[in-house]
Amino acid sequence: MTLHPILASLRKHKAGVVLIALQIALTLAIVCNAIFIIGQRIDRVNRPTGLDESNLFLVSQQWVGAPSGDDAAGVDKLDTMQLEDLAALRNLPDVASVVPINSLPLLNSSWNGALSLKPDDKKSFIRTTYYFADEQALSTLGLHLIAGRAFTAGDVQHQGMRDQRDPSIVIVTKAIADKAFPKGDAVGKVIYLNGGGKPVTIIGVIERLQVPATGSWVNDFAWNSMLIPARLNANFSRYAVRAKPGRLDAAMRAVTPALYKVNPLRVLDDDSVRSFAYIRQQAYEGDRGMAILMGIVCLILICVTAAGIVGLTSFWVGQRQRQIGVRRALGARKIDILHYFQLENLLIAGVGVMIGVLLAVGLNMWLMSHYEMTRIPLLYVLTGVLAMLALGQAAVFVPARRASNVPPVTATRAV
Amino acid sequence: MFAYYLDLALRSMKRNKALTALMVLAIALGIGASMTTLTVLHVLSGDPLPGKSQTLFAPQLDPQDMSGYRPEDEPPDQLAWIDGMNLLRAKRADHQVLMTGGTVPVQPAQSGMDAFYTDARYTTADFFPMFDVPLLYGRAWTAADDDGKARVVVITRMLNDKLFAGRDSTGQMLQLGDGAFRIIGVLGSWHPNPHFYDLNTGSFSNAEDVFLPLSTSRDLKLTRNGSMNCWSGHTEGQLETASCTWLQFWVQLDSLAKASAYKEYLTHYAQEQHALGRFQRPANVRLRDLMGWLDYQKVVPGDVRLQTWLAFGFLLVCLVNTVGLMLAKFLRRASELGVRRALGASKRALFAQLLVESGVIGLSGGIGGLLLACFGLWLVRQRPSNYASLAHLDMSMLLTTFLLAVGASLLAGLLPAWRACQVTPALQLKSN
Repeated sequence: MTLHPILASLRKHKAGVVLIALQIALTLAIVCNAIFIIGQRIDRVNRPTGLDESNLFLVSQQWVGAPSGDDAAGVDKLDTMQLEDLAALRNLPDVASVVPINSLPLLNSSWNGALSLKPDDKKSFIRTTYYFADEQALSTLGLHLIAGRAFTAGDVQHQGMRDQRDPSIVIVTKAIADKAFPKGDAVGKVIYLNGGGKPVTIIGVIERLQVPATGSWVNDFAWNSMLIPARLNANFSRYAVRAKPGRLDAAMRAVTPALYKVNPLRVLDDDSVRSFAYIRQQAYEGDRGMAILMGIVCLILICVTAAGIVGLTSFWVGQRQRQIGVRRALGARKIDILHYFQLENLLIAGVGVMIGVLLAVGLNMWLMSHYEMTRIPLLYVLTGVLAMLALGQAAVFVPARRASNVPPVTATRAV
Repeated sequence: MFAYYLDLALRSMKRNKALTALMVLAIALGIGASMTTLTVLHVLSGDPLPGKSQTLFAPQLDPQDMSGYRPEDEPPDQLAWIDGMNLLRAKRADHQVLMTGGTVPVQPAQSGMDAFYTDARYTTADFFPMFDVPLLYGRAWTAADDDGKARVVVITRMLNDKLFAGRDSTGQMLQLGDGAFRIIGVLGSWHPNPHFYDLNTGSFSNAEDVFLPLSTSRDLKLTRNGSMNCWSGHTEGQLETASCTWLQFWVQLDSLAKASAYKEYLTHYAQEQHALGRFQRPANVRLRDLMGWLDYQKVVPGDVRLQTWLAFGFLLVCLVNTVGLMLAKFLRRASELGVRRALGASKRALFAQLLVESGVIGLSGGIGGLLLACFGLWLVRQRPSNYASLAHLDMSMLLTTFLLAVGASLLAGLLPAWRACQVTPALQLKSN
């Protein structure tokens, strides 16, 4: 079959052809970018925090009428209260282990700072987040120690919330260790925190631990975490609790009465005991919503475009009844008529996707300059091109079949 | 004539129901999606204090040390205690307010009510006149109360309803942690959105329940929250002397001349502090007005903007789709139009007839889109994000929806109608 008659007939429908091609181009551009955004959001949501998230939950509570923690006596009193809570929680039958901690990954409440390799260095530093925890940190959170040692009970200090003293030992993530000591010998090395002058020794390296914040501002240090062996004392406290396997619900229910028994002068509300699964869901709610919305929009767009192609082609078929009849009467087979309309659609869609690719890349570049986006991989665009061509063929099939069924005798009748 | 065209349009639409439904649905989906996202954007980028916002400014200073200094960096969003107090006492603006957020334990005197924590705002007295805060009962405190670290408190209507069943509670005592406060005022309805004066506690969070003097909060060492940014570390305890920024400072400047004078004053202040050795960085000050501040702080989530663009792209595709279908439909009727032309109808009359038809489709699509937008906003309200409850269609957005729908479909009808009335009557009659 030659293209000539198709091109000649398309020239008669310039406006319609341009509109379909434009629609295909716009759909391709929007759908490609939307699916790319969906993929990015899914990647973000699925990245592991480094914790063993099952059977883990967090308790946040506040004491009423507790000391302010601004003087040494107040800090000591607060620490005693915290130790009482810890002892009570660790004694619960369904609890495997408990760690007092200032925050958890995905909790969006963090204490951030910087570390450097030289004392009083205010120029070159690596950003990091601080987790203050005791000797049960690794077992409770399910972190993997890959070098050095864990904290012992003797390492653990306690300090007031606003006391910014530096620790003498820390455990860092592999992300920090690799960046600061590329030779892989971080254990035993000395670093300095927040541009200070006190030497801090790295005693262990853990494989992975995400920072608490999920916003884009932490993108360049999302895995730079540091464990400091200290309990923070303030008029509130957080405890991460690992329940015994399968006993999560029972352990979560047991916590509130146990803490009230230790000291009734505190506030524990519905939000105070949260499973890690719930924290994760809360943290990524927006991303999930965005992905679902994008998905729905893509689906509707594709349906609208397909319906548009069906509608317009149906009209053309209706308009050309006589011509089709003539062609059939002159010896064209059914399959020739079918192929004619399919090829016609392929031509239009081909032009559409070519413009669409340019639009998709342009849209991606515009999004990159205005929002947090990366360059769209070519694979997405190519898949989109093939999908749009296939969509065009699928949409044109029904009207084209109807055209091929036009009997040759139509040629002799007036419409 | 219009009635006749309308009748023709309805007949033509009935002749091809599936196609009509497709066109109406496409417009409805496009309008529904764009109106939903546009309404959310409109609500989120709204002015929290219309008529007043252009006189409110957020001064910024840079008191940090040289660590990590880059000349192009913006100064911190908040002030340190010393600078806040200096600017407050200088009284160079028409009004000025220094504040921070906090949490206080409320211990109700009523039996059978448990203690609970609630958000509080520790602020100086100008907060109330500056932000046009309405009072239902009583009064706000004065600068003298600030100086005297008075144990006075203003509560919201919601807390008043909860604790005193809505009765005038002024003069009653309220136990907040270790301190007993006298209630001197109850707020009327006041829900500034966004929560512009302190974005650290959530851009669209509800206003606090308890307001008390900043000086009193420091006197009683009440818990503060929000963001705190410290430098040259190792400062312990006292927030008043710590090298940390943690206070929000706002000024009211009633004219542009005053605003530029105030900016000059800020620069002088920074230079003076630099000369005294307290500021290490060269003077770097900003004075943004309220809306400029919200813009700078990127209060409207990026995702919401992205969704709006996406929805308008979607509307564009839907419109192109409708233009294509309408064009095909009108051209199909070339013979009918040819007959009308031959019988004496002018091109203008045909054009009007076809535009009426596209207008009817657009109007139906618009009504459908409005229903879809209501449904879409209902879906948004079900979402747990903190701005979800604000997503309501107001009168101006309702009107915009309608104009958008009819305008878009008339626009979509223009090209097909124009193309279709170019028929040559003789040719059409002959070919049949």
